[in-house]
Amino acid sequence: MPYLEIARLEKSFGANRVVTDFNLGVEQGEFISLLGPSGCGKTTVLRMVAGFERPSSGAIRIGSEDVVGKRPNQRNIGMVFQAYALFPNLTVAENVGFGLKIKGARRDEITARVAEMLALIGLPDLGARYPFQLSGGQQQRVALARALAPKPRVLLLDEPLSALDAKVRVSLRNEIRAIQRDLGITTIFVTHDQEEALSISDRIVVMNAGIADQVGTPFEIYNRPTTRFVANFVGQLNLFKADDAGRIGGVAVGQGDFAARPEAVHLGREAESDIVLPATVEEVHFLGSVIRVTAAAAGARIALDTFNRPDMPPPAVGSAVELSLSSRDLIPLK
Amino acid sequence: MSLYARLTGWIVLLFGLGYFFIPLLGLTEFSLKARRGVYSLDAYAKIIGDTEFQATFSYSVVMALVTIAFGILIVVPTAFWVRLKMPWARPYVEFLTLLPLVIPAIVIVFGYIRLYNTSSWLPLTGTVTGTNLLLAFGYTVLALPYMYRAVDTGLRTIDVATLTEAAQSLGAGWATILTRVILPNVLPAVLSGAFLTFAIVIGEFTLAALLDRPAFGPYLQRIGANKPYEPFALSVIAFAITWACMGLIQLVTRFSKHMKAES
Ligand SMILES: Nc1ncnc2c1ncn2[C@@H]1O[C@H](COP(=O)(O)OP(=O)(O)O)[C@@H](O)[C@H]1O
Ligand SMILES: [Mg+2]
Repeated sequence: MPYLEIARLEKSFGANRVVTDFNLGVEQGEFISLLGPSGCGKTTVLRMVAGFERPSSGAIRIGSEDVVGKRPNQRNIGMVFQAYALFPNLTVAENVGFGLKIKGARRDEITARVAEMLALIGLPDLGARYPFQLSGGQQQRVALARALAPKPRVLLLDEPLSALDAKVRVSLRNEIRAIQRDLGITTIFVTHDQEEALSISDRIVVMNAGIADQVGTPFEIYNRPTTRFVANFVGQLNLFKADDAGRIGGVAVGQGDFAARPEAVHLGREAESDIVLPATVEEVHFLGSVIRVTAAAAGARIALDTFNRPDMPPPAVGSAVELSLSSRDLIPLK
Repeated sequence: MSLYARLTGWIVLLFGLGYFFIPLLGLTEFSLKARRGVYSLDAYAKIIGDTEFQATFSYSVVMALVTIAFGILIVVPTAFWVRLKMPWARPYVEFLTLLPLVIPAIVIVFGYIRLYNTSSWLPLTGTVTGTNLLLAFGYTVLALPYMYRAVDTGLRTIDVATLTEAAQSLGAGWATILTRVILPNVLPAVLSGAFLTFAIVIGEFTLAALLDRPAFGPYLQRIGANKPYEPFALSVIAFAITWACMGLIQLVTRFSKHMKAES
């Protein structure tokens, strides 16, 4: 039985239904991402788990205890916000110790735990500073330490990296993941950034207009998207339409639309590829280890990625080439 | 800037300063003339030695402190709740808090006397404590516009909703949130509201006189009507108190160490 269980959760603001039949089971120690475009209801789901919004219907259970009727301050859930939300009048150490102080922990206990948390986030010497004296990345780490200090049952993070610049974003997301693994804390992480979700999650919930479209590991979500929305939203995609006879490039694949990732399409004939399409190169982007080529084939624009090889220069723009792919790599779109 | 413009600026400034300070200087000078032929602090000594001055002044100070406490207790939770849960109500609440500026104090006090007289359902004016309480309520109303604006401005500088939720997720209840998160962060604003309240209460005449309480305002009026030099010394003292309050407002604003320097 999952540690955190969300069952048939719904939420409407007036006539506006924002979350529809949301179901999710999170195992103890699991790192789950809610991924979806802005406005799809991720924050609303998170806020219902935290207790800041009341579900219109449905259940939320933590360790088989129903928490829907409980106030946010009775749930023992850690929360990290996009805007850091550190208390400006308190030092870093006082911020981190806030939750313990409210629980009535002894002063020496608090001091010890604060030191432990500050060491965990790699800022052992900044306890006496005030929030405004820290960089954005440091503030968010302190916010993480503050949320974790009282040993919450579940950790919730709402786009915690969105306000940071790109470099800090990548290093901090890895750090968050490392700390989460270390402590084994059950975590829900909200993001609209698919790369972020793919890189650090045990499982991803892809949300679309208040509905959980697909739940799965990053590998499953990326390679076997079950809906057109998921296929489009996660990763880049090439669209192929089968002809009336259900064929692509002369190979029978069945009726309907299909998608293939850029890395599934090859330049030239590959041994395992049964589909071969003549194409004209339109764009070549040399990205270093990877070369991204865009070519026109079968009336569509196809993007493909090949690894750089010193003995093989990239094709010239306008040249005629052959593209090949395996029909097994085609993703049928519903 | 041309010499002419600069000169005009200086002249305007000097005129303004003169307009403000010359009467004050005259006042101060006259207050020092109690002894014939020489300047002396006799008038001040007399005032400060006057037991009635001591009694009325301490009474008003205590009333001011009580009023400030009432003001904080009423205004901080109200302004917080309006910002957090009912932002649509802000214009109405603001309008309500401005009413005391429009309604004369004398109307308020007559209303009080009608409502709370000895034959009413709540005969507050029947006892000394009751009347004192009524006076403090009246002062709180008079100070409401200043207190509310100060606190609301202070709340604008912090992200009330997110800080509240952060505190809640850490286990804090409403009382803890108000006293440990909201109040400390609007303290400079609350203090500036408090000093304004103090200045208002110390000099207030109408409410105290009509409720017949021994406050500083009525004392000032009585001395002014009956003594030659002392009223001027008193005026100087009253000015000094008001300015001290203003100075303190500046100080707390500048020395709230956790606030970023306003730029
Ligand atoms: N308190 C609220 N009142 C009314 N509508 C809201 C409220 N909170 C969120 N919404 C609406 O719910 C939808 C989902 O919002 P949200 O959960 O914040 O999305 P996300 O976090 O995925 O960007 C949006 O259309 C938003 O306008
Ligand atoms: Mg959101």
